[in-house]
Amino acid sequence: MAAYLFRRIVEAAFILLGISLVTYVLLYLLPADPVRQIAGRSATQETIANIRQQLGLDLPFYEQYWRYLSSLVQGDLGRSYIQRSEVSELIAARLPASLLLMVAAIFAELVMGLTMGVVSSIRRNSATDQSLMVLSFVGVSAPQFVVGFLLLYVFAAQLGWFPIGGYGTFSHLVLPAMTLGFMGAGWYSRMMRSSMLNVLGQDFIRTARAKGLGKARIIFRHAVPNALLPIIAMIGIDIGIFMSGIVVVEAVFGWPGIGQLAWQAIQRVDIPIIMGVTLVAAFSIVMGNLLADIVALFVDPRIKLK
Amino acid sequence: MRKWLLTGVASAAMLGIAGTALAEVKQGGSMIVTYKDDVSTLDPAIGYDWQNWSMIKSLFDGLMDYKPGTTELVPDLAESFEISDDGLVYTFKLRKGVKFHNGREMTAKDIKYSLDRVANPKTQSPGAGFFGSIKGFDAASDGSAGGLSGVEVADDSTIRITLARPDATFLHVMALNFASVVPEEAVAEHGEDFGTNPVGTGAYKMTDWTRGQHVVFERNADYYHAGLPKLDKITFEVGQEPIVALLRLERGEVDIAGDGIPPAKFLATMKDPKFKDQIVEGKQLHTGYVTMNVKMKPFDDVRVRKAVAMAINKDRIVRIINGRAVTANQPLPPLMPGYDSKYSGQAYDIEGAVKLLTEAGLGDGFTTELYVANTDPQPRIAQAIQQDLAGIGIKAEIRSLAQSNVIAAGGEEDQAPMIWSGGMAWIADFPDPSNFYGPILGCGGAVQGGWNWSWYCNAELDERAKKADAMTDPSQADARIEEWKQIFTAIQEEAPWVPIFNEQRFTIRSSRLDGPEGIFVDPVHIPVHYDHVYDKGAQ
Repeated sequence: MAAYLFRRIVEAAFILLGISLVTYVLLYLLPADPVRQIAGRSATQETIANIRQQLGLDLPFYEQYWRYLSSLVQGDLGRSYIQRSEVSELIAARLPASLLLMVAAIFAELVMGLTMGVVSSIRRNSATDQSLMVLSFVGVSAPQFVVGFLLLYVFAAQLGWFPIGGYGTFSHLVLPAMTLGFMGAGWYSRMMRSSMLNVLGQDFIRTARAKGLGKARIIFRHAVPNALLPIIAMIGIDIGIFMSGIVVVEAVFGWPGIGQLAWQAIQRVDIPIIMGVTLVAAFSIVMGNLLADIVALFVDPRIKLK
Repeated sequence: MRKWLLTGVASAAMLGIAGTALAEVKQGGSMIVTYKDDVSTLDPAIGYDWQNWSMIKSLFDGLMDYKPGTTELVPDLAESFEISDDGLVYTFKLRKGVKFHNGREMTAKDIKYSLDRVANPKTQSPGAGFFGSIKGFDAASDGSAGGLSGVEVADDSTIRITLARPDATFLHVMALNFASVVPEEAVAEHGEDFGTNPVGTGAYKMTDWTRGQHVVFERNADYYHAGLPKLDKITFEVGQEPIVALLRLERGEVDIAGDGIPPAKFLATMKDPKFKDQIVEGKQLHTGYVTMNVKMKPFDDVRVRKAVAMAINKDRIVRIINGRAVTANQPLPPLMPGYDSKYSGQAYDIEGAVKLLTEAGLGDGFTTELYVANTDPQPRIAQAIQQDLAGIGIKAEIRSLAQSNVIAAGGEEDQAPMIWSGGMAWIADFPDPSNFYGPILGCGGAVQGGWNWSWYCNAELDERAKKADAMTDPSQADARIEEWKQIFTAIQEEAPWVPIFNEQRFTIRSSRLDGPEGIFVDPVHIPVHYDHVYDKGAQ
């Protein structure tokens, strides 16, 4: 187990190093010049040259990247070009909001997806099953900004049940979490449905029925736990999907998380923030997957370590 | 010797409010302003976007300012000033009893410190270049001198600024945010984080900044303009999509949608009787234009450039943006001194355009490229231009790129034959025609990485521009503006640009708020002159 964990952590470090290099190269190759974004349109050539030199952007690529890495291992993500604040501070101020949104979205997608999947499987081929599967198809395919604006318009602006965007209370959280979770709910309902159908057709369920167990007990005590196994592995992957989703959802709902920070930074070529958010996101994805693998190990003793 | 003394009467007039009205409007109440983007910085030496520009103006002050709602210069932290006969020495007498938000009294030393700080290369101020006419600027800006030798403290309430060359725009420069006064001890305390811990002398002081959520300003009770500001508190909520802000404004949760009315909702909002009294329209110092690179064939031929100018249907383009602009025929916008209302430029004339192309030997047309920023409505405008040009046989391929990439292409001598400036167009830093010349039409801007994307450089006009800016004697002010007017029409006769339109501003505000005319579309405090907004509920 310890050896397995160690190997996975070393792998994770290499993945992060690779991601930092690829992102840095891409940002370096951008035709847009961050110095001109900082200096503004009225700056003289001297001002531009001065800023370029102070930021070390006149150095060759490998030297810039080396400088970045050396600060990074000391936990220094640099200062934002535009906001002029420490990137670590900017991310730290916004990370709790994003994490809260993601946890809520995982909860929302599991509740919505699993319920839909279980109901569909027990009412197989009924009208309920078919309408739920259409809904899950919409969930998988509808762009998040459309879903977000739709929920916002209907439940906040028209019905007034929830605030129109913002952050702070539980009611602020509901709509963004539903929006972010809606796509996952679509996937989960389909997976849960087929997984349930698979389990329900197996011998031990027939045995349970033969023993005269109640329907509810068969489904919740025997079928659902077995059908859940493939789902757990997916939650780890979800974190990656959420990381891209929060960029859109946070913008729509004015949710003060790192997705919004990244989006603003991209528009302003604020390289230190783009790098910082990418690395934090990559780190969360790698950790999420690792965690999902470990959880699966405990949940299903049948999985053996190679 | 020119002298400007501020009397009590002039001071009231300066505030742009009749004496009686000033007494009648009570202080109190609050408002909520929303923005999409996080506030970047509130350091006046660094902040240079249209969102923080007027926020900084409410936190800080400089020697000069503008009469609210207008482009008229008035002294602010200066009580009066004198200009020497040669136009090189400005002596400012400071207002007494002005206090920073930290309670300390502001003196001439603070003015010197603040100007030295902007020029200091370590500050990385995007506005440093504006101070180039002050004596000793070169040595200060390359770090070889500790500060500006031309800025001297005569006594606690007198500051003397000596210029290296006469500069008729100097008083405007003293009204820029970059010339705002900051206390040295606060900058020393917060270092690079002064931008999130601003301390000024302004009408409001910042009391809270929660990243990604809001910035709160509260009334500075010690403010030296009696009776200002009107509100007790302003909350700037950030991270709000313009369309969401509009919905919230409709519900009364928001008072000013800082990013304005989103284009997709513009017509519906304008037609909605509910909003009739809540939308204020105003002019701004903006021109949207198409540049033609005079260093690239066939735009080196003035006949080709004029043909392009005559072939574009500007009225149709204004319709594309729902009438949020007026058509333009010269570089200067109508609000700018020096705008020539009698000039008609190259009027829309397809036949005339074809004739000019034929004369230039391009009767069969040619193929070129039109660069454009890829955010709506810019590509749609580029398509309209493309269709118009196709009408005279010019095949313009559209290069729709991220804004920063278009800016980068424009700064290269041989890359972008034509650029539609939408989204990146020039908005003046200060209301003087000079600001519309140097960086975008003068030889100084026609350099790699510059903003003169047409690469037009006319040495004779450059010389005339230099002379015009040396006309510092107040008696020459009108003659100077007249000279600038002629410079700009002379440029347009060579058509390096096709001026397309001047954008109008539309501010939407809740019916709870009011203020003197013009402050909701203030040409300098964009979008709103926060200090003068008042809460009807507090009356």
